[in-house]
Amino acid sequence: MSVISRGFSGRGNAATANLPPGQYLTTDFPVLSAGPTPHIPLDRWEFTIRDEKNALLRRWDWKSFRELPTESPTVDLHCVTRWSKLGTSWDGVSLDTLLSDVHADASYVMAHSYGDYTTNIPLHDLKNRKAWIAFRFDGKDLEPEHGGPARLLVPHLYLWKSAKWVRGLQFMREDKPGFWEGLGYHIYGDPWREQRYSGDQ
Amino acid sequence: MWRVGTVVALRDETSTARTITLEVPDWPGHVAGQHVDLRLTAPDGYSAVRSYSIASAPSLQPQFEVTVERMPDGEVSPYLTQVIAPGDQLEVRGPIGGWFVWRSEQTEPVQLIAGGSGIVPLMAMIRARFRRKTGRNSGSYIPFGMANRFFTKTN
Repeated sequence: MSVISRGFSGRGNAATANLPPGQYLTTDFPVLSAGPTPHIPLDRWEFTIRDEKNALLRRWDWKSFRELPTESPTVDLHCVTRWSKLGTSWDGVSLDTLLSDVHADASYVMAHSYGDYTTNIPLHDLKNRKAWIAFRFDGKDLEPEHGGPARLLVPHLYLWKSAKWVRGLQFMREDKPGFWEGLGYHIYGDPWREQRYSGDQ
Repeated sequence: MWRVGTVVALRDETSTARTITLEVPDWPGHVAGQHVDLRLTAPDGYSAVRSYSIASAPSLQPQFEVTVERMPDGEVSPYLTQVIAPGDQLEVRGPIGGWFVWRSEQTEPVQLIAGGSGIVPLMAMIRARFRRKTGRNSGSYIPFGMANRFFTKTN
């Protein structure tokens, strides 16, 4: 079914050809948060990986985290609120590095953030150079409003999956909704399949 | 799911912002603070979708309002603020969002601060709260907008 809107022509231009459906291009970097911005001193920052029973498997403080090898991905960002930003430059530690030698009987993870935000992601989506813990954006230390000191970066999913202020991952045997996923947003969130809201295929 | 909405009323709030009342026959109702996606389709099949906050309080009528601010280079907002007329149709999805909402059973004090068109979902909350307190004068709501785009004509 389609209703024609009288007098609407739109501007569907060629520049939007490489955008996922329903997205528009932006060149600034909008900030959307569900709560106040936490400010985490680096001497108190930590990143942990825990098993499904919450037992600690790995822990890094800022110093040991920053001693890990880093990568500099250039990626496109797609926010469920419909803006996309192309060709963004980051520095971060690959999840392949952080998850190497970690063995878990689990197919999903819950990312936890300072400020108690959560988001769920299949473990497979964090591997094979698809995800990073990013600490620098566009050559500069990541600002708190954009998730600094460090955020998850999973650019092939809608940006709410790239948890700001991330502090750890917990393995899960079954997929469970995180914060937005429990409030009507899609459990997986693939922008190319336009999986915005629960009920989208 | 997408529903067909019909424009039943238009009201200019400022020189750049307009409130559109939409009637959607099977509208399921909303909570103050929620938003909708609106889809416009051109005769050649091209379509564009944008999200807009609902400005009206929850109602038993199958209607709601959105307030749209015109962006000078916008693709959709100039159409919604300058071209659309009563009787025109577009598609509606929603209501969407369950976090930034105010429910009438909530009794705690609230402070609402917004800039520009960010005031729209707060207007829904204020209108819902006024409706609950029918007959009681309440002067404790001070909506802030950006100076020359202040959406206050209706309250």
